[in-house]
Amino acid sequence: MDKWENNRAWLLLIPVLVIVSFSAIIPLMTVVNYSVQDIMGPGNSLFVGTEMFQSVLRDSRLHEALWRQFLFSGLVLLIEIPLGVLIALAMPKKGWGVSFSLVALALPLLIPWNTIGSIWMIFVRPDIGLLGAFVNNVLGIPFDHTAKALDAWITVMLMEVWHWTSLVALLAYAGLRAIPEVYFQAAKIDGASGWSTFRYIQLPKMRGVLTIAVLLRFMDSFLIYAEPFVLTGGGPGNSTTFLSIYLVKIAVGQFDLGTAGAFSLIYFLIVLLLCFVFYQVLLNVGKGAKR
Amino acid sequence: MKSKSRVIGLVIYLIFIFLPIYWMLNMSLRTNADILGSLTLYPADPTFANYIKIFTDSSWYSGYINSMIYVTINTLISLTVALPAAYAFSRYTFLGDKHIFFWLLTNRMAPAAVFLLPFFQLYSTIGLLDTHIAVALAHCLFNVPLAVWILEGFMSGIPREIDETAFIDGYSLPRFFLTIFIPLIRSGVGVTVFFCFMFSWVELLFARTLTVTNAKPIAAVMTRTVSATGMDWGLLAAAGILTIVPGAVVIWFVRNHMAKGFALGRV
Amino acid sequence: MTLEWMYWTVPTAIFFISLFAVLTAMGIWQALSPSVERRGFLPIATTPGDRLFIGIVTSMYIHLAWLGFTDFSLWIVFPIALGWMIVVMIWG
Repeated sequence: MDKWENNRAWLLLIPVLVIVSFSAIIPLMTVVNYSVQDIMGPGNSLFVGTEMFQSVLRDSRLHEALWRQFLFSGLVLLIEIPLGVLIALAMPKKGWGVSFSLVALALPLLIPWNTIGSIWMIFVRPDIGLLGAFVNNVLGIPFDHTAKALDAWITVMLMEVWHWTSLVALLAYAGLRAIPEVYFQAAKIDGASGWSTFRYIQLPKMRGVLTIAVLLRFMDSFLIYAEPFVLTGGGPGNSTTFLSIYLVKIAVGQFDLGTAGAFSLIYFLIVLLLCFVFYQVLLNVGKGAKR
Repeated sequence: MKSKSRVIGLVIYLIFIFLPIYWMLNMSLRTNADILGSLTLYPADPTFANYIKIFTDSSWYSGYINSMIYVTINTLISLTVALPAAYAFSRYTFLGDKHIFFWLLTNRMAPAAVFLLPFFQLYSTIGLLDTHIAVALAHCLFNVPLAVWILEGFMSGIPREIDETAFIDGYSLPRFFLTIFIPLIRSGVGVTVFFCFMFSWVELLFARTLTVTNAKPIAAVMTRTVSATGMDWGLLAAAGILTIVPGAVVIWFVRNHMAKGFALGRV
Repeated sequence: MTLEWMYWTVPTAIFFISLFAVLTAMGIWQALSPSVERRGFLPIATTPGDRLFIGIVTSMYIHLAWLGFTDFSLWIVFPIALGWMIVVMIWG
């Protein structure tokens, strides 16, 4: 059945539009204004045209941060999506175990992001952290996330997996629970193996939720800030300086508003394009599933 | 045989989730001298000094109260404005509906760092700086789109015949909405509340930028544990543990609807 | 209540005014004679509104690429981007 066509539905949107525009459009306009000026202070700014954009686009440290960001988001997806699906498959289907594992899985999602950084900072320290001490003293591998780039990356990835795989697992679990039991009975009668049940029944049925999971994980990991900032502060060197961390360094650390504005707009355009592409893909996946 | 290995895998993962949290709990029950002195798997000499400090020092516990206040205000605002909008998206086609929906979602995905400074100046211009309502309004930027998105999914699951029947019976739209429709989607409302609570609670950048003292969130207060004399590990751990508690309580109430809420939300 | 902190400049003001003018014109056009989705050379079915959005975003990318890779004036790339937008609007 088609939806009713009625432009008066706009009236129902007014509260949302007012509240979101207030928070979105005025700051966005201001950032655009920043980006074309060299701002020394209130009332003291110099129009420089597109100079800021040019310097940002040719900033090699920004390129590094951007590739680092893509690498990070790519790794996040490669690890978290399969792991999340595996966890969802392993979760019990009834009994007290369901509630218990749901609550346990959701726990990391509800911890404030800087607390997550703190938890891991304590956990991996070689002197007082359980993991750090274990790896250093029991396994005998010198591991220090504050001194070695690779160790810092491993720590940040571990934290990211710990923090967000639950989201993928919960989504995949919801998708699995939505499959009617008759499918599994039919598969059993046909003598299908565990793998082919997964490949031909469970995986296709999870496509919708998994697309959402991929989208959310990509976007959130692309915008990650607080957790690695607390854990490593972007270091050692610049090895874990992701885009947001670099942006805040320029905006707050150097108070270079023009450059930060131009940087922000480019960052925003990247996210906007990716959002649009993903959104279109998802809409079309949805259409395909309905037919 | 096979299911046994699955259970073992799951248990290992759950241990992986709990270990860092356990370690933090362990830290929070010890004094700094004890923490730095020796590495023990459990607090040999547990002390509640860190927790007592937080609960008796107003600059500490007011952080929790501030966070609770703005999270509650934000959840209420988000829900109130998102309900009619979600209804419009789920029931009508209108000029620019898809574009508005997408625009709302881009706000959810915009990097927060982009908006920080203008936000600060906007709110100081209208005199809301360092108030709970400022943080609540700022969090609407990403919570309202999320609320619209989740509610739209739940509302689309309700057949439109119900609306039609009610209108034929002479219900006005507001009356139908409040007395029939909202009760029908109450689990969706519950899930939305959960998500608004969650994202407002975990957010740090806006909350920290828009507050100075009066509405300072706990996340910002926690940075005080870093001082010239070094880190106050025990206090940091205790404060961290306390930030987990409200979330854990909320999950317990919505545990059965949570998974459903994830699945129905449309991107 | 001053808006000095927004640091308005004439070029950015012109940019936003023309952006809103285009959006308003688009809204009025679609309200008077609604168009249906169709397929052009873009890989998805689009309405004129979608094509406007795609055109604006891609022209911004064209401008950025120009700034990043060349030292020439933006006045050279502006007509190119405008032409690209027209192409997208008509055949996209």
